[in-house]
This record gives sequence, structure tokens and C-alpha cells, in this order.
Amino acid sequence: MDIDYERIGLKVGLEIHQRLDTHKLFCSCPSIMREDDPHEWIRRRLSVSYSELGAVDPAARFESLRKRDFLYGIYYDTTCEVEADEAPPHPMNEEALEISLTIALMLGMEPVDEVHIMRKIVVDGSNTTGFQRTALVALGGEGSGIETKWGRVRMATLCLEEESAYIVESKPERAKYRLDRLGIPLVELATEPDIKNPEQAREAALKLGRILRATGRVQRGLGTIRQDINVSIEGGARQEIKGVQDLDLIPEIIRREVMRQLNLLSIRDELRSRGVREEDLDVPIIDVTSVFSSSESKLIKKAMSKGERVYGIKVKGFSGILGKELQPGRRFGTELADYAKVFGGVKGILHGDELPGYGIGEDEVNRVRELLGCDEGDSFVLVLGRKDAAKLALDSVRERLKQALRGVPSETRRALPDGNTAFMRPMPGSARMYPETDVMPVNVRPILEKIRELPSMPEDQVRELTEKYDLTEELAWEIFDDGKVELFEKLSRYGVPTRFLASMLVSMVRSLKREGEPVENLREKHFEEIAKLLGEGSLAKEAVPEVLRSLSRGEYSSVEEYVRTHRMSVDELDKVIEQVLEKLSSKVMEKGERAYGMIMGEVMREVRGKIDGSIVSKRVKEKLEEFLKAR
Amino acid sequence: MTLHYKGKAKRILSSLGVEDYDRIRIRKGSLVYEGIVIPRPEIFDDEHVILKLDSGYNVGIYLDGVEIEVLEKGKPIQRREIPSLRFREDLPYVPLIVTGGTITSRVDYSTGAVISHEKPEELLDIVPELAEIVNIDYVPLFAEFSENLTPDHWRKIAKAVYDELRKGAEGAIIAHGTDTMHFTAAALAFMLRNLDKPVILVGSQRSIDRPSTDAILNLIAAARMAAQGPIAESVIVMHGSPHDDYAFVIRGVKARKLHTSRRDAFQPVNEPPIAKVTREKIELLSNKFNPRREGRSQVELDDRLEPNVALLHVWPGMPEDMLRYAGERFKGVVIAGTGLGHVPRWLIPTVGEIVSSGVPVVVTSQCLFGRVDLQVYETGRRLLVAGVIPGGDMLPEVALIKLMYALGHTSDMEEIRRIMQTNIAGELGAHLGLNVFPPCWR
Repeated sequence: MDIDYERIGLKVGLEIHQRLDTHKLFCSCPSIMREDDPHEWIRRRLSVSYSELGAVDPAARFESLRKRDFLYGIYYDTTCEVEADEAPPHPMNEEALEISLTIALMLGMEPVDEVHIMRKIVVDGSNTTGFQRTALVALGGEGSGIETKWGRVRMATLCLEEESAYIVESKPERAKYRLDRLGIPLVELATEPDIKNPEQAREAALKLGRILRATGRVQRGLGTIRQDINVSIEGGARQEIKGVQDLDLIPEIIRREVMRQLNLLSIRDELRSRGVREEDLDVPIIDVTSVFSSSESKLIKKAMSKGERVYGIKVKGFSGILGKELQPGRRFGTELADYAKVFGGVKGILHGDELPGYGIGEDEVNRVRELLGCDEGDSFVLVLGRKDAAKLALDSVRERLKQALRGVPSETRRALPDGNTAFMRPMPGSARMYPETDVMPVNVRPILEKIRELPSMPEDQVRELTEKYDLTEELAWEIFDDGKVELFEKLSRYGVPTRFLASMLVSMVRSLKREGEPVENLREKHFEEIAKLLGEGSLAKEAVPEVLRSLSRGEYSSVEEYVRTHRMSVDELDKVIEQVLEKLSSKVMEKGERAYGMIMGEVMREVRGKIDGSIVSKRVKEKLEEFLKAR
Repeated sequence: MTLHYKGKAKRILSSLGVEDYDRIRIRKGSLVYEGIVIPRPEIFDDEHVILKLDSGYNVGIYLDGVEIEVLEKGKPIQRREIPSLRFREDLPYVPLIVTGGTITSRVDYSTGAVISHEKPEELLDIVPELAEIVNIDYVPLFAEFSENLTPDHWRKIAKAVYDELRKGAEGAIIAHGTDTMHFTAAALAFMLRNLDKPVILVGSQRSIDRPSTDAILNLIAAARMAAQGPIAESVIVMHGSPHDDYAFVIRGVKARKLHTSRRDAFQPVNEPPIAKVTREKIELLSNKFNPRREGRSQVELDDRLEPNVALLHVWPGMPEDMLRYAGERFKGVVIAGTGLGHVPRWLIPTVGEIVSSGVPVVVTSQCLFGRVDLQVYETGRRLLVAGVIPGGDMLPEVALIKLMYALGHTSDMEEIRRIMQTNIAGELGAHLGLNVFPPCWR
């Protein structure tokens, strides 16, 4: 649908999380992610804390609904007692603070004078302490932020915080996390909700990401930067959408979120016009297992074989609503299923608008409706599970159904690969912070004094690349966005044409990646060796794609090794040329010197990548002359 | 008027009538900060004011070129509504004697301040499991970091335990800072004679205001042990591992804090833990303990201690006059010697002089594990000749407290020697099986 975003009052703000390229924030462990299994698992529980008014905070309540064990995977060599919450944090990593301040200044933000480290309560287990250490480093202001085609996007805050632990497994009764990621310094950049349309959000995210990379001191690669998007529309509610990794998906996520909220509002209006009230939903949970004692449904048979039962509630006045599509492929029922999964740990729900189906016949549906007391216009929701889980699931479904009568609930949602979003947890309350008394506050003045010069802005770095190395702007941006400026400049010293180097770093790698080659195995030293050998003339340009391919696959440990196995001497080349001349002798005699192109083509087919093309060309010319003279 | 600021900051803020927790607005250049004034710890400088912003973050603002405006006076911290405690006839009464530490505190998130509970109801609100195990009441004694405790504090604690047990408690729990918990546990073991109920010291290595606190499990285990444990000893109940699965029950006279920060910092030395306690049950690991006796406690209090005793840690090159001073200044000296209980050669004549002057010298080992043996090497033999009292398998700290106890009862050297070499509370004569030394890599 075509939407006038201004008219519906779209407001979008971004929160960008970027890992910094330095050791951990509160200990001296390296900021590296592990691929091997942890050396040991530690089992913990978290207790719930109370908010200022004495009420348990909604997010905390939500987690405490589930008495969960948390297992933390530790590595003896790259994680320590600090990550395991067995020792107090060390003083804040000053380099991380310096990088954060640099970023703040590049964005025209105002640093605070004294940085106080806070504990932000997080009881989902993603921090061993039960809180995330975080500090407000700088504030926005009128002059802060970035320009986009649609106007300025101001910054709100810059915080420096600990990265959370890496989730390995999540079940209702326990979650497993790895501690290699916990404590990596993370900058959280939040914009004001100045973004007015989906495309502007993408541009803002791209520009902010470029400024972060322009420091040259942020981590790169998968997962090192992620965007959260805050979206609201007039009459709707603010949503926090987590974990967007692909910039190009941002506009679609926003478009679909707007669609979802508009559809939820129209559901509300429809329900109101049907006269449905919240108290209509206060109906008991009923065990309807007896209906399915001889069910043909595989789904139900499987559940019952595990000792699970079928529970249901009547949903008065909701007929046709549960099946209504909110986003492409996601129905209102899907939202309910998310709640049931998250709160009750069940597999999902079955609802009146999709049954008969899943092997459940009309007869069974009618008996369920009868047991639940459904009249015409009513729908129902079923859950398969054990009693306590089913109760939690259906209670949360009922709560969500009530919210449908009020409009759009404020939620933390998870971005899905197609641009849809799924419910993750309720939006956390606000008062969840208290000071980290184990760490002294840091006066920023001495650190600001150390920052003599800011890194050049991305546009300047790119302009410099185009001017100094005669690159097109497009190629220069690609080098910049791939984080290869420094590498490119290093390679350019070997006297190889810069455009070739640029395309090696950018387009060759990209096309290999498209072909499915594991290009993540390519190291800077590989590129450097290639440039060096190219410069010396020991490697042919034509061979570079094949070299990169072989190195990706790990077939050779170095470029030098590749060259040693593939290089061809001029003598060997001459033999190939002679063979080709011999094979095609009649045609050569016929064409004379015009046979050059044909011979060259034939020879190159044999020697491509093994010897420089210009040498081949020269020898082919000479050999052809000799051949013609001799005949 | 309360304002926890000093020097320059105090002058500026108080001239405007600002108090702790007032909501103020600060203009500084183009920035405007609005938030609550947070008290500033005394050791910080006097140039910044701490504001808690509405986002929850605290920031320090340099008080230079600022315009300050008071928006709203601070409100007192609100007390929570908590259900009142009901006495359950079917559960035993166990007092929680509060001496310090953080186990009876919570965070006020509006200010970030950690405040103390006044009522056990607040603790039960955080650890509801306790109400299923015991009827609990607070006995507030004092609030001290445990590094500040003295033998006088131990006496107060012993008296409180004695009073509570005599009143009919089935056991006693003592909330205690962890630094010197093992000293207090050992002192109680000597002072509470004819002990017939469990006396349990508990604390936390991660304070209770954190979601990851170890206090929850420690308290549950302590309460379970106090209410149901079959032992009548002064023990420490703290985490047995980095997991939140179980706590160890460690005899106070055999306990040592062996790590600065880990949850399982307390470990038994020279013997296994007495028991392992989970959220659900007690599992005995040893049968060597003084058993609980049913009925109203007949415990006796013997709190005569001579606090004037020194503990000297020997080091290579230790000068002779250090020891001489100790011998002159104190009424008894415990030496934590090297290896089997040795001191440098040049200290031995001084040891002899101190003993001759009537000041007992007890020798223990800074190795902690194992027992001293002064018969193996010449240094040891010479120490024996000089008149030292070998401390056997006693920990240096335990020998210190026991010597205080002995000197509190007699000044006769031979009687002191007899007391020091007689087992009173499980401190001496452990069976050193090969399973009581715990390197982690085995």
C-alpha cells in the first residue's frame, strides 16, 4: 500500500551498536569471539530486583515467570573471573572511552564531564551479573548529528557499554550463553526520532556506520555492528526492533511495521464496532483433551504421546480476526503464538480461524467450540502442552487479546529476514539503573586532551582516495565501506596500478563470494603478498582471481607457494608457443602476421595466470616472425 | 539540610539551597541537564555534581560556568508495602544476627542508593524460600565492615547467640562481612561451650542488590542448616563452587578465605566440608562433628579472651627486632612460619628470650595445609628447645584466637601449652587423608 508517512505521523529513531577494536571494557581479556566449545559451563540463577516503587519491573517480572537456569560457557585462556562474575570489574578501558569520545566529537556531540558507570538490570541471563554495565558518555544537542537527503537527524546519546554474552541455546527451563562476547566494548549511538520516512532511516544508518568506521578503531565483520529501530506512528505505539544487521532491510522493516500498526488499529476499530469488551475475555482455561482422544491429527497425536494435553479458551467476538493478516505472511494469530511461545515455552497455538486444519476435522472443531461455550462470532485458541506451561501461554494470549481492544502494545520485537518482526518481550520499564559502585567515575578532560586530531570524515577519506589514487568515487566508497582503506594504501606502495588493486580488493572478492568461495579465509597478508609479487613481476595479473580462489579454499598457505607451483619460465612458454604454431601451421601460413590474434588466444588458454600477459604477447610476436621467416 | 558534597561543590550547591535528591536543572553552554542530585562519595573531588538523569544514567557535571535552578525538592525514599510476617507453629525459630555485610540491604532505584532493611519481611520478600524453612527475626547488633571487627565484637556476637539459643532458638544465623568471617567463626567455636545447636555464619561475595547475588542460595542453605542440620558447631555456610547449586558447611576453626572475590572463596583446610546443602536438602560429607541435641539449648558462654596477642608472618630476611617488639608489646605471639614451621636462624635466640620472659610463642605454618613438625630439621628442633608451642594442624588465625582464649583463662605457661595442644572445638588433630588438599587442576 502507498502510505503518506507524514500524514500518519511516522517517527523513527535509530540505535546503533558498534563493537570497538580494543580489549574488554572491564578486564584485560581480548575482545575475540571463539569458534570452539567452551572449556567449562557454570550454572547460575538470577534473582529479580525491585524497581523504585517496589513493583517488580515488567521486564523483570516477565523473566521471573520462568525459573530458569543459566549456563555460562567459559574459556580458560580468553575469559577470566570478571566475565564469570567471580571478581570485581577492573577500571574502565580508557582506550574504549577515548574511541567513544572521538566518535562523539565527530558527530558534534557534547561529552559529559565525568563518566559514571551504571548497572542496567537485565535478567534474561545475557549478563552473568544480571546487569549490563553502561555509561553515558555524550549527549546530542541541536548541532549534532548527520545530514540526510530529507534533513538533519540529530543525535540523542552516546553510551559506552559491555556487550552481552552470546546466546547458544534458549529453552523455557534454561538458557546457555558463551562468555567470549561478554564485556567487549560497545558504543551505543542513539538518534533523536527525527527520521520521517523509511528510506531516510537507511541513509542515516549508512552514514552513521561510515563515521564509526572512519575512526579505524571499530571491529569489523559479521555481528560487530547492529541496528535497533524505534518506530511509532500517531495513535500506535513505540516499538523497539532489535537486531537488524542488513542496512538494506531497514526501509522494508519500517514499512511493514507501519502496516502492522495500521492493521492492529483497524482490528481495534472492528472489535469496538462489534461491541467486544475486555471483560468478555475473562473466561476460564478449559481442558479439551477428551475431544481429541482418537484424533487423526499428527500434531495432536505427537503431543499426547509426550503426555501433553490440549487446553483452550473462548475468544468472544473475535471470529475472523485471528486469521487477519498484519504483515505479509503474518497473521494476528501469529502474534498470539509468539506470546504463547515466549511466556509458556509451548510450540505455538491453534486458533478458530485456521481450523479445521492440521488434521483436525470439522467434528472435532465443533466439539471444542461446544466445550468452550463458543457462540457464533466467537473464536477460540488452543494450546498443546503440560498444564503449567499451557496456563502461562494462554494467560499471555488472553492479555494480548485484551490489548487488541486498546490498540497497539509497546513491545521489543525481533527483526526477521523478510522484513517482518516478531514479538520478543514487553518493552522494559525505565527505572532499572543504579551506580556500579565497583568502578570509579572517570574524568573525561585528560582523555579529551589526548585527542588532538579527529579522524577525517568518510567523505573526505573517499575524496582523498579518488584524488590520490585516481579511483572512481564508486570504487573508493566500496573500499571505504569494506574497511579496506588502510590496506589499499599499504598495497599501493608496491607499484601496481591502483585501479587493479582496488578491483582486486573489492570486486574480485565479491564475485568469489557470490560463487560461494569462503573468502572470509583471505587475510590482509595474502593481499599484501599478491601486491608485492605483482610489483616484482613474479605474478601475472591474470592469475589473481585464481590465486584468491585457492587461498580462500586453503589450498595454499601463501601466495608464494601458489606461484612456485604455477609459474612458467620463458623457455616453457616458448615450447607452448611452438606447439601451438605447429598445430595450427597451415592456418598460420595462410594468414601470415594476421595470425597473431589467433595464436595469442590459443597460447593464453594454456598459460593464463602462469606468466605475465605482456611477456606472452612479446614472445608470441617474436616466435610468429621466426616461424614465418623459417617457412 | 542534607547535602553530601564538600569544598567548592558544597559552596556552590548550598548557596542555592540544593539538597541531596532535589531535582535541578543545569545549563552549561548549549546543554541543559535535568535530574536528581545524587550524594557524592566523600573520596571523590569537589568539582563535580552528580545528576541522575531521567534516562536513569548518572553523569558528573563540572561546576564551572553553570547555571543551576532547583525544580523540585527531593522526596524521602519510599518504603515499600510488604506483607507482614506470620509465625508458623510448625517451623523452628532462628534469629538472623546482623553484624554488617550487605545481606540486609537493597537498592533504591530512584536514587541508586543501597539502603538497609529494618525488618526481616523485606528479606523474605527477596528470599521467600526462607519462610518455608524457618521463623526468622532480625537481631541487629552493629553494622561494620568485617575488617573493622575486634575481639570485643566477637564477644557481643557470642552473647547474642547465647541469649537467642537459651531463649529457645533452634540455631542461629549470623550475617557477617566475609573478610574476617573465619576469625569470628573460630572465636565463637571457643567461646560457646557445650554447644548443642548449629551456629551459622553467612555472607555474600556478590552483594544482595545484584541479580547474580550468591546471598540467596547462601541464606537458604544457612536457614536449612540452622533449622534442620544435625550438627552443633560454629560453621560457615557459603557457596561450594562457582555454580548456584550448593553451599558447603565448613567448620569455623578449619575455614579459610582463600580467594579475594570468588563465591567459593571459603574452603576447609585440612579436612573435607562437613556437609553440602542445596536448595532442597542437606547431604553430610563427614561424620566428624559435634551432634545437635534436642530440647532447649544448654549452651554456656565463656567469653574470656585476652586480645593482646600478635600474629607474625615470617618472611625471608625478617629482622630480629620485629619479633622482639612483638614479644615485648604482646602477651602472646603466634608465628606463621615457613614450611614445617620454621623461622630464620637469627630469630631463634629472640624466641627463646620471649618464652623465658613468660610470653608464649605458638608456631604454625603459612603453608596453611598440612601440620607443623618441628622435629624434622634442625631449625625446628632448636625452636622446640627455645620453648615454642607447636600449633599442629591449626590455621595461624585459629591459633591466634585460641591463644587469646587460653591467655584469657590462665597465664601459666604449662597450662597454656596444655590448652593449645588439646583439641577444644575440632581445631586440632584432623585426619590428613590424601583427599583434603584441593588443587583445581586435579
